[in-house]
Amino acid sequence: MTEVSAVVKPKPRPIIRIGLFLISHSLFVSIVCCIAGVLALLLLPVLAKNTYISENALMPGSASAMLSTDDASDGHVFVNKIMSISSMSINSGIEIPEMIAKHIIESGGEVNYHKFQPLSDSFHPLQFFVGPDAGMVQDNYSSTSYGVNTVGIVRAPRGDGKEAIIIVTPYNSVKPTTSEALSLGVAYSVFTLLSRVSWLAKDIIWLAADSRHGEHAAVAAWLRDYYTLSSGDLEHEVTSVKRDGVSNGFRRAGTMAAALVIKVADSSTGFEKDGLKIYAEASNGQMPNLDLINIVNYLAVHGQGLQVRVEKIWSLLDSWWLYSLGELQELIGKVAKSLNPGWKFGIPASDYVEGCTTLASSLYNQALGIPTGPHGAFRDYQVDAITLEFSPRFSSSQRVLFLLHVGRLVEGVIRSVNNLLEKFHQSFFLYLMTSPSRFVSVGTYMIAFALLIAPLPLVAAALFSDASKSKSPGESIPTSPAWNWLYTAKTVLIVHLWGAIVTIIPYFLRQFPDSSPLISLLTWIASSAVLLFFTRAASSSLPFSCASQLQTSEWTLLKAVTVAAAFIGLCLMSVINYATAEIGALLLVPMCLMAVPLRIDATAKTAKTVARGACNVLLVFVGFPPAAFLLSKGALSSFDGVRLDDFWNWIESLREWNSATYIYICMVHLPCWVLLALAVVAAKGVALFSNIQTREQMEAQVHVASQKAESHINDVNALITGMERLGLELFGDEGLEVPSLDKGKRIENVFGDPIPDAINVRPPDTVHTKGSGSRKVSRKEAVIRQMHKPLRRCKKCRELVRHDSRNCGKEKEKNKSK
Amino acid sequence: MSRLESCLLMFLALCSVTQSINVEELNEEFTESLLLRPLPDRKVLAHFHFRSSAPPSKTYGRHHHIFPKSIYQLVHKFQVREMELSFTQGRWNYERWGGFDPISSSNAKPPGVELWAEFDVPQDQVDESWKNLTHALSGLFCASINFLEHSTSYSAPQWSFGSASGKLRYGTLPREAVCTENLTPWLKLLPCRDKAGLSLLMDRPSIYRGYYHSQRLHLKSDEFGASEMSTGMVLEQTLTVVLRPDTFSGKALQPSWSLSSLFGRSVSRKCSLSSSSNVYAQFEQNLLFEGDKLKEDREALENAISVGDGFEDNPLFELSLAPKRVIKESGNLQKAGSILYEFSVEDSNEFKPFDLGLNWKVPVAWSCPQAPLQASRFLLGSGNERGAIAISMKSTRSNNVERTSSYDENECWLRVGIFQMVPWYVKVYYHTLKLFLDGEPQSSMENIEKILVSPSEDKVSTGVLEMILRLPCSVNTAALTLEFDKGFLHIDEYPPDANQGFDIPSAVIHFADFVANMSFHDDSLKQVPILSKLQEEVPVVSYTEVLLVPLTTPDFSMPYNVITITCTVFALYFGSLLNALRRRVGEEERLLNGKGARKAGPLTLMISKLSAKLRGKKWEPPKQSESGRSSSKYKLLAKVVLVAGVAAAWQFYFQ
Repeated sequence: MTEVSAVVKPKPRPIIRIGLFLISHSLFVSIVCCIAGVLALLLLPVLAKNTYISENALMPGSASAMLSTDDASDGHVFVNKIMSISSMSINSGIEIPEMIAKHIIESGGEVNYHKFQPLSDSFHPLQFFVGPDAGMVQDNYSSTSYGVNTVGIVRAPRGDGKEAIIIVTPYNSVKPTTSEALSLGVAYSVFTLLSRVSWLAKDIIWLAADSRHGEHAAVAAWLRDYYTLSSGDLEHEVTSVKRDGVSNGFRRAGTMAAALVIKVADSSTGFEKDGLKIYAEASNGQMPNLDLINIVNYLAVHGQGLQVRVEKIWSLLDSWWLYSLGELQELIGKVAKSLNPGWKFGIPASDYVEGCTTLASSLYNQALGIPTGPHGAFRDYQVDAITLEFSPRFSSSQRVLFLLHVGRLVEGVIRSVNNLLEKFHQSFFLYLMTSPSRFVSVGTYMIAFALLIAPLPLVAAALFSDASKSKSPGESIPTSPAWNWLYTAKTVLIVHLWGAIVTIIPYFLRQFPDSSPLISLLTWIASSAVLLFFTRAASSSLPFSCASQLQTSEWTLLKAVTVAAAFIGLCLMSVINYATAEIGALLLVPMCLMAVPLRIDATAKTAKTVARGACNVLLVFVGFPPAAFLLSKGALSSFDGVRLDDFWNWIESLREWNSATYIYICMVHLPCWVLLALAVVAAKGVALFSNIQTREQMEAQVHVASQKAESHINDVNALITGMERLGLELFGDEGLEVPSLDKGKRIENVFGDPIPDAINVRPPDTVHTKGSGSRKVSRKEAVIRQMHKPLRRCKKCRELVRHDSRNCGKEKEKNKSK
Repeated sequence: MSRLESCLLMFLALCSVTQSINVEELNEEFTESLLLRPLPDRKVLAHFHFRSSAPPSKTYGRHHHIFPKSIYQLVHKFQVREMELSFTQGRWNYERWGGFDPISSSNAKPPGVELWAEFDVPQDQVDESWKNLTHALSGLFCASINFLEHSTSYSAPQWSFGSASGKLRYGTLPREAVCTENLTPWLKLLPCRDKAGLSLLMDRPSIYRGYYHSQRLHLKSDEFGASEMSTGMVLEQTLTVVLRPDTFSGKALQPSWSLSSLFGRSVSRKCSLSSSSNVYAQFEQNLLFEGDKLKEDREALENAISVGDGFEDNPLFELSLAPKRVIKESGNLQKAGSILYEFSVEDSNEFKPFDLGLNWKVPVAWSCPQAPLQASRFLLGSGNERGAIAISMKSTRSNNVERTSSYDENECWLRVGIFQMVPWYVKVYYHTLKLFLDGEPQSSMENIEKILVSPSEDKVSTGVLEMILRLPCSVNTAALTLEFDKGFLHIDEYPPDANQGFDIPSAVIHFADFVANMSFHDDSLKQVPILSKLQEEVPVVSYTEVLLVPLTTPDFSMPYNVITITCTVFALYFGSLLNALRRRVGEEERLLNGKGARKAGPLTLMISKLSAKLRGKKWEPPKQSESGRSSSKYKLLAKVVLVAGVAAAWQFYFQ
């Protein structure tokens, strides 16, 4: 279009031209981008890089482990003591903390108890932005059941006490299981070792967290008191100031450098080696620094010979399509390698499937925004933390050996972190794991997301330009098309506001505690629907209130604005939590691209339109959050166990963990879905959806209209005038208006003077730079210049002269000839 | 008999002391001594004390035989009235090692370097003298004390340290690493260095392996005073270390030790230049009290430990050498004070080195006297935006605290002084000062006796808070919070390893009403420097922890990326802006028309012009044929594809 007018009109800027080109071919571009985005996502396991230890100061494994068999057997004795206490009939939950405290004091550490109560439910969705406030925590212990954390601290002998490393062992103080006792034993053997060593530079805190009210709650309560002026700081129990040297005052040890949560799994691995499972996902998809995982992985694999795993979705592991995809990429990799041995991509198909399942789990856990263990509490305070879950090979025998291996691993990790002068900052914070030793960094995975959402602004722009071009014939008052979108934007805004209200409803539903999940869910959906109806009634501008009269341009504009809103929402979410945005984009983008009113498809009954209509219906169904959740759940396990109230529980857990995903679902996904779905189902458009509709179809419809109007001459006249107007509006101005002409006129208006046809003063054609031409040197000057140069010895005549051996005789001849 | 002996000894000592007084009036003097004290947590405190003094140069002249010349020059050049410099590694554990004795009050220092100095110059020259002094000391002690030169790193406390003359400057470097390279120049100031005398014990690996290591240099001179009663310059060098004896001795029994097992060396001879060279073993009153109890249990008839006798039959421990003298502190009415055993190294030689040992007989547990309040300081809040500093003080309820203030229970007040220096990038809001007593928030003005705040100025000066709190004696806990915002630094203001965080120097808590001193009956003991030092009335002082504030730190590899991206953005912006400004629309259209005409080629142009003339119409530039151009484009594309395909096939075929 632009090229046609290029001869008579000046070309627009190249960027604008590219933009116009992309907008005019938005259908093709969006299809290509979408497919590329999905492909890039599937290719991520292939693109994953091997992990490496980025911070040189860590030096993992450079010192030999100091934990001896004696320490391990001490730990074993400790485990047995705990088990004997737990097997006692009367257990009030204070015996084990007292026992731990006694042992800590014996090994030379400082101890205090930390009493806490689990926090009541409070919804702070934006806590990840502001962080917990520094003020005081007003808590009153009214209820009887409180947990008792035992905190032991080893002060670094020559350290300055500015930093600390935390070891956390969650256990149930009333009835600890064997595995919990084992984890306590590991921590104890490491702790006693660390109280003797001289290399410590950071203090060590051992937090034996009472998991009676949940592991996360205990750790979170301790951290909350650590970072606020807690009751332990303010109250001084005079009655029992020092019971066996244990004070109730809160003890601290500087800024936290890293935290390790040690757990032992109940079940044995069944493999030949002891297993280690790493959990790293904290709230809202935050991850600890990759270096922390790297050290653990490096030391576990190379130092202690453990089998390291990260979580994966097992049900995906034997899916045929994933395997065939893996084989396909393997084949492509082979072909590429045969073409050029330097091209090394493509991994074995089994590795690909493993990587995919791990990646999917990583993506899902990050998208949920719920921490996968007690380490999540640390990330809320910008402390890097991971959970290490060990699974012993055998159930009970060789416990000392297990304690030795695990203790040495923990010691090695602590020693590495202890070496660290600065806080963790070298390696990645934004990554997805595909295996314990492979990762995808933010630079790679953002490509998939960017490709996926790139079509959205293009489609929005294309729809907008269509809408502003094609004014429907029935429009009596011609309004300025440039400002039409504002009304539509208002509509979209109102629906988003409705989404915000929907977000709050579950809070009120919680006021009725004894309602089943299913009832709560149904109430939620019903109240949301009623609210939507009221919003519709309140604002007459909503399109579906007068769905029958909805004009094409309005519908196009509505879709354009909705798509733009979805784009903005997805972009914002990708900053907060990439994984949520990626999964959301996978659901939302196809819907945004495909959505066309069913009526339009219904009027023209070709195979293409029918297929599109079916696609639309399917996408709308899948895009509904409960449907998407239940479908994915069913696909991963089986459809037998899928019940509707699972969704309510899922949503409730999201809300309780202050996940940003909840906000995303309610305030971005749901409104966009409602707008698109209502548009697809309810909108009645005239067949003038010009971007997709071909000209032939339009002509056919005009023909139908003229046949209908044949009987009355007045109608025919009206139709003809209407068609004339329509033709003028559609094709009157040939092509696009090129803005530069307007600009010229505008400039003329501003100056009040027409631009002259010929301008006499022109910029000079050629420019001479200063001193570019050289001056001819006079003979005198040349002689003077020569005089200043030193004489050189000629090799032919052996004299100090001004010539060389090549032109020895010639110089004289030259002078003679002169 | 023994009593008689001791009397004789005392007399002799007195004689020597009076002699030394006479000598001192004329001559320089150097003394060395070492104080050893067992600590409750199976560790041993060793406190070296060296003192050199020189008479005023007005009368004595400038040439010294013993007094280090570098220090003399320092004093004279910068007119230092008093100065204290300490290098410390590790933390003093107030809870276990005590906080209410002269040694902990004056020798427990914050980690790193602490320097304060008072000058005898006019007020406007103090800062300049300070800067010069820091540089001189930096060279003298191989430390980065010169970083204290900048006004953002030191402050001028008004009344927390020494006299309130306003000529005192105070600065700390919490991150300074202390090493042997700081000890060697410090030893150089001693007349015998570490070649003879007690400093022979300073085996580097063993003294740096300890749990606390603080080397201190205290200088006092009144050279520039107007008064005639000038005493000259006094240089005190102390080294305080806390060591753990390696000897293995059961779980309950305290470890036994000797000098050679503690330090790996023993003293073979005294420094011949020192006028006295003594070793003291100190046992605290709580420990002795335990011993007394033990003795009573054994139904001993006489009082366990008394001056001069009862040494051998001490139920708790046994010393390997017989003390030259036993000095008993005159404690309270109820209790006996601590006891010092004095040993002299003078009669040791190469073959019979002085090696004091201590053997414990029975397991014993005791606790050290504590300061009235135990202070700890910590940060509240997380994140890079704001936070709060909290100082929490807990009552120790130690029974041995003797109050010099009024005893009336209703009108009993505990006066606590707090000195807190805050770097400028931690922007403290002083109006947010909150005080909690026993958990109850207080209107702070009620309990503040005196407060002085000088807010920090960005990149110019530090913020200083000096205050004296007046707390009721019955208080259990007191907590103080101050909120702050974290500032931004310029990129070149970041120190190396900026990602570690930034330090807030230790706060100093001093209890003005309490003095930590020992009092002895015998006045003659004042002549021994270390004993006179122990008798000096110093207020009880304790330091809090150093805090680490994580500030926002840029990614330092980022500037390169930032520069490139910024340059690109600027280039694009200015390019398009200039283009838009330079453009003339009419001109361009005309040029374009001309170009369109020119493109058609000279011959066709001529023909078209001619035909136009012939037809008598106005000549119009011909329209460019679109199809030709696009077809050529496709041809080019097809060629490229063809070549690429051939190349790929070639490659594949010949593999």
